[in-house]
Amino acid sequence: MRQGGEVVLETRGLSMHFGGVRAVDRVDFALYEHELRCLIGPNGAGKSTFFKCLTGQLRPSAGSVVIRDLHVTDREPFEVAALGVGIKTQVPNVFEGLAVEENIWLSARRWHPPARSRSLTAETLERLQLGDIRSSPVGRLAHGQRQWVELGMVVAAEPWLVLLDEPAAGMTHEETVRTAELIREINRTATLIVVEHDMQFIRMISHLVTVFHEGRILMEDTMEAISADPRAREVYLGHRG
Amino acid sequence: MILARDVRGTLAIAAVGVLFMLIAPSVLELFTIINLTTAIALAVLALSLALVWGYGGILCFGQNAFFGIGAYAYTIAAINFGGSSWAILVAILVAVAFAVVIGYVMFYGRVSDVYLAVITLTVSLILYSLIRRTSGPDYKIGKSLLGGFNGITSPPINLPWDPSFVLFPEHVFYVAMGALVVAYLFTSWLTRTHFGRVCVSIRENELRAELLGYDVRLYKLGIFAVGAGVAGLAGVLFCNGVGRVTPDVFNLYNAALTIIWVIVGGRGTLIGPILGAFGLFYLTSALGTQSTVNNNLVLGIILVVFVLGVPKGVIPTLAGWMAARRTRRALRARERRMRLRRARGGGGRNDGAGAGAGPGGGGPAGAGRGAGAPE
Repeated sequence: MRQGGEVVLETRGLSMHFGGVRAVDRVDFALYEHELRCLIGPNGAGKSTFFKCLTGQLRPSAGSVVIRDLHVTDREPFEVAALGVGIKTQVPNVFEGLAVEENIWLSARRWHPPARSRSLTAETLERLQLGDIRSSPVGRLAHGQRQWVELGMVVAAEPWLVLLDEPAAGMTHEETVRTAELIREINRTATLIVVEHDMQFIRMISHLVTVFHEGRILMEDTMEAISADPRAREVYLGHRG
Repeated sequence: MILARDVRGTLAIAAVGVLFMLIAPSVLELFTIINLTTAIALAVLALSLALVWGYGGILCFGQNAFFGIGAYAYTIAAINFGGSSWAILVAILVAVAFAVVIGYVMFYGRVSDVYLAVITLTVSLILYSLIRRTSGPDYKIGKSLLGGFNGITSPPINLPWDPSFVLFPEHVFYVAMGALVVAYLFTSWLTRTHFGRVCVSIRENELRAELLGYDVRLYKLGIFAVGAGVAGLAGVLFCNGVGRVTPDVFNLYNAALTIIWVIVGGRGTLIGPILGAFGLFYLTSALGTQSTVNNNLVLGIILVVFVLGVPKGVIPTLAGWMAARRTRRALRARERRMRLRRARGGGGRNDGAGAGAGPGGGGPAGAGRGAGAPE
C-alpha cells in the first residue's frame, strides 16, 4: 500500500437521495496520492452514483467533495475536468461520428498547443494500438475498441487524477489484460479510482479496494482480506457462488 | 491527406461562385439578376443555419429572427446615418447581440433541444406580431418610421463612406454574391478551427465534450452568435434585393422554409443548404406562375419526402454514393489483379472470397463527419 502521501480527493458526509432512495448515504472517503483504488459492490450499491457525484455529473444532496483542497461539490463537470481530472464513464461516451484520431486530438488539444497536441495524439494512438483504425469513425468500431478510444481520450489529456467507471466492461479476456496493463501504466504518473465488477480484473490491478453496500462503505482493505471476509462474501462475492 | 482534400473542395466551390459572380451579369437579364440577389440573400440565411444546426447541432427554428433583425437594423440605421457603410456593421452586431442575450438564457439555463427549437420559433413569431403593430407616426426609431405591416423602404447600399454614390441593382448583385462567397469561406474555415471542431464534438456527444473540460455552454453560445451574425448579413442583402423590409421576414413560413432548405440540402455540409435554398427558391418561383397546385402543398410534400426518404439530405447522400462507388471500383480492380495473378501463377490457392475486407471499410473521415446527424 502506498499510503502516507497527501489526500488528493476526499468526500465528507456525501449523500445523494433520489426521492426516498438513499443511493449514497453519508460517505466519508479519502484517496491518497499515487494510489490505485478500486470501488466494488453489488448492483445498486451506489458506486456509480458516488462516481457521478465526484465528477460533477450529479449534484449531491448533502456533503462535500474536495479535490486537492478545492471544493468541487457544486461545480460543472468541465470545471472538475479542468483541474486535470480524466474521466471515463460507464457507458462509453465517445464522438461516434468522428474519426478515432479526431476523438483523441480533441482531448489533447484542450490542454496543449497545436504542435504538442498532434504529437500527443500520435503517441496515444500508438500507445493504445489504435493506429490502424485512426481514420475510422468511432461509431463503426466494436465495443471493446470504443472503450479503448475513450481510454485514449483520458490518457491524451495527461491527467494527474483519473476516474474510470467500468473500463473493462464488455471486453474480451485479452483486451481486459491489456487494459489492466494500461491502467498500471497510467498509475505511474496519476492517481486512480476504478469502479469495477470483474474480480479477476481487480486482482490484476489493485492494492486497496473499497466495498460499497447499500449506499455506504462496507469495508476498505486489500483484495485478499476482502475475499476472506464473511461480510463482504455475503453482500457481494456470495452472489457469485 | 483527408483535410487537404477537404480544403481543395471548399476552394473549388468558392472559385465556381466567383466565376458565376463575374459572368452572370453579362449573360443574364437585369430582372433575373435582381431576382438572383434575393435568392443569394436566402442562401446566406441557409448557410447560417447550416452552421448552427448542421455543425453546432443546435436546432434553431427561428433563424429567420436574426435575418429579420439584420434587415430591420440595416434599414433603420441606414436611414438614420444617411449611408449604408456603418449600417451593415450595425445590422450584424445587433443580430449577434440579440443572439447572445437569448442564447445566454437558453444555453446557461441548460434548455433541452426541443424546447430550444420552440423558444427560438416563438421569439421569431413574437417579433412578427410586435413589428406588425407598429403602424403610425408614433412608432419610430430616430428618423425612421417602423411602418407596421407595410414595412420600411430600405436604402440601397452605397460605395463605402460615399453616400452620394448609390449602387445599381447589378452592383448589389456583385456585393451579394461576394458576400455569399466570403461567408462560405469564413464558415468553412471556422468549422476547421479548434473552436469549430469542438462545436462538432458537442453535437456528437455533449457529455463527453464536457468531461474533456470544454465549457459546452460557451461553445454553443459562440456558434449560435456567429450564426446569427451571418443571418444578419443575409438580412442586409435581402432587404437590398427586395428594396424593403416587412414583418413577413419573421413569419412562420420563413422559419419553416429555412429549416427545409437545410434538411433538403443536408446537415453537416455548408454547400448543401446553400444549394437547397437556391433550388427551392426557383421551384417556388416557378410554381408561383401557375395555379393548379398549391405552392405550400408542394413544399410540404418535399419536406415529407426528404425526411422519410433522404433523411441525410441531397449532398451527404450523393457524397455517400460516390464514396461507395469509389470503394466498389477499387475492390473490383483488386479482384481483377488477383485473378490475373492467379491465372499467371497457376497456384492452387483460392482466396477470392477474402477480397471483401478492402480499404473501403475505413472510409474517408470526411464522410463520417458529414453524415453525423444530430439527434
